[in-house]
Amino acid sequence: MATSGSVELAEASEPRRASTAPVTKLTKLAPRHSGLVRVTHWITTLCFFALLITGIEIVISHPRFYWGETGTVLTTPLFQLPIPSSRRLVPTGYGYVLPDQNGWSRALHFEAAWIAVLTGFLYVIWGLVTRHFRKDLVPVKADLSLRALLTAFAKPLRFKRPSAAEASSYNGLQRLTYLFVIFVLFPLVIWTGLAQSLGFVSAFSWSVTLLGGRQSARTIHFFVSLALVLFLFVHVLMVCLAGLWSRTRAMITGRAVITDQAMTAGRGSTRKENP
Amino acid sequence: MIDLSRRKLIVSGLAAAAGASGLGVAARLARKYGLVPPDSGGIYGLGETLTYASQRLLTRHSLAREFSPNQISPRPFPNEIAPLTEDFKRLQAGGFADWRLSVDGMVYQPCSFSIADLKNYPSRSNITEIACEEGWSFIAEWIGVPLSYVLDVVGVQPQARYVLYVSMEPDTWDSIDMADALHPQTLLCYGMNGSDLPVAHGGPLRMRLPRQIGYKNIKFITSLTVTDSLKWFGKGLGSAACEYGYAWYTGI
Repeated sequence: MATSGSVELAEASEPRRASTAPVTKLTKLAPRHSGLVRVTHWITTLCFFALLITGIEIVISHPRFYWGETGTVLTTPLFQLPIPSSRRLVPTGYGYVLPDQNGWSRALHFEAAWIAVLTGFLYVIWGLVTRHFRKDLVPVKADLSLRALLTAFAKPLRFKRPSAAEASSYNGLQRLTYLFVIFVLFPLVIWTGLAQSLGFVSAFSWSVTLLGGRQSARTIHFFVSLALVLFLFVHVLMVCLAGLWSRTRAMITGRAVITDQAMTAGRGSTRKENP
Repeated sequence: MIDLSRRKLIVSGLAAAAGASGLGVAARLARKYGLVPPDSGGIYGLGETLTYASQRLLTRHSLAREFSPNQISPRPFPNEIAPLTEDFKRLQAGGFADWRLSVDGMVYQPCSFSIADLKNYPSRSNITEIACEEGWSFIAEWIGVPLSYVLDVVGVQPQARYVLYVSMEPDTWDSIDMADALHPQTLLCYGMNGSDLPVAHGGPLRMRLPRQIGYKNIKFITSLTVTDSLKWFGKGLGSAACEYGYAWYTGI
């Protein structure tokens, strides 16, 4: 299937000219993202926004966070968000109470969570079976040197567009970030969410005691969500930097415009050595 | 290239058909085994059904966590209640001696109990956490008679599937399935932390379901109705809260 490491010519509209005339500016549509990656990406995107909006709505009904097992407006919070609340009994310092949105927010939150988790399972199983993670996301050793990681970190900070080779694959830092989001942040946000389910923890009590209690689970859930929002910002920023339209099109149609030069360079620098 | 796309098309077509018929079979099985909640319609029905069905399969007999006495919250927070009615105040003035819990519906012996009657039955207590859907929670010792005991006294008919409970607060009623009604930690709760249940916490009588969210633990219970269907009550969604967009099953 379409993998970024081994860039091939797809619908080679002009295959003859490509091989006979070495014009570096010549562009091709090469496979970039497989169908399953694209479908799961956009389902996850929709779910993410549903979870984010409803999560904010639910937090508004009690914008105080605690550590340990319990916490109410009668106990000292770890911190309180400086926002108004949708409940009269929460002391916020604001002279008004927002409308209650918890009913549909909770329903949509859990429904989106179900869809996201099932989609995530499909993606992870597919990624393991097709070696998508090993081929596309496990970093090459050379990309893991401090210098390479720092370069990868600093380049976008100077608003430099990624090189042609980078446009068809991910650098070490990007690969580490994606792996961290997929295998650390997502599992953690699911775990801390489930640990707040009274039914779930009645069957699996370790899921909440390991986290230090119900309120700790809620607080960690909040911070992991913040980390995911941070990832979303950086992700969209990087997409804009690399070309909002071309990157988005690649995630919709599966094909990316790349130059001959990029294809050659892509072959050299990003392909993994066979283990 | 074209062959490959055709093959993919056929394969994904078959997969979609298999998936759709699989879902159809799953839906019928779920209905047969009572895994579909009364509020399974509408755009959130899928999520509600997945949550209820999976938790019924995983947690039918599981016990809520119980805590040690030193973990009891020193200042239990009573959430807002509607202003007390004149009827309630009159009963309160009489020390709730005239409070009645009526039990009817699909039972062999419809009956009415006073708080003293309920206190004469074997009392159970559990130190469990009550968690509000807003996010806060506290731990208390809850004392009462197991709902299953009272249901045994009146004799539940075999076709019963739900127990509906109604509060003295206007427009406040809810229901639970038999798995929760017969669960050993489900209490008709009349006491808290060693004394009578304070009015602010639902005294003289509240439903206590440690495996469900606070709003399902309705205060000021005056009647129970055992039924095989919830469609006769309100809009048929299973609770008054459902009519305001709140879920019927709140194990999550």
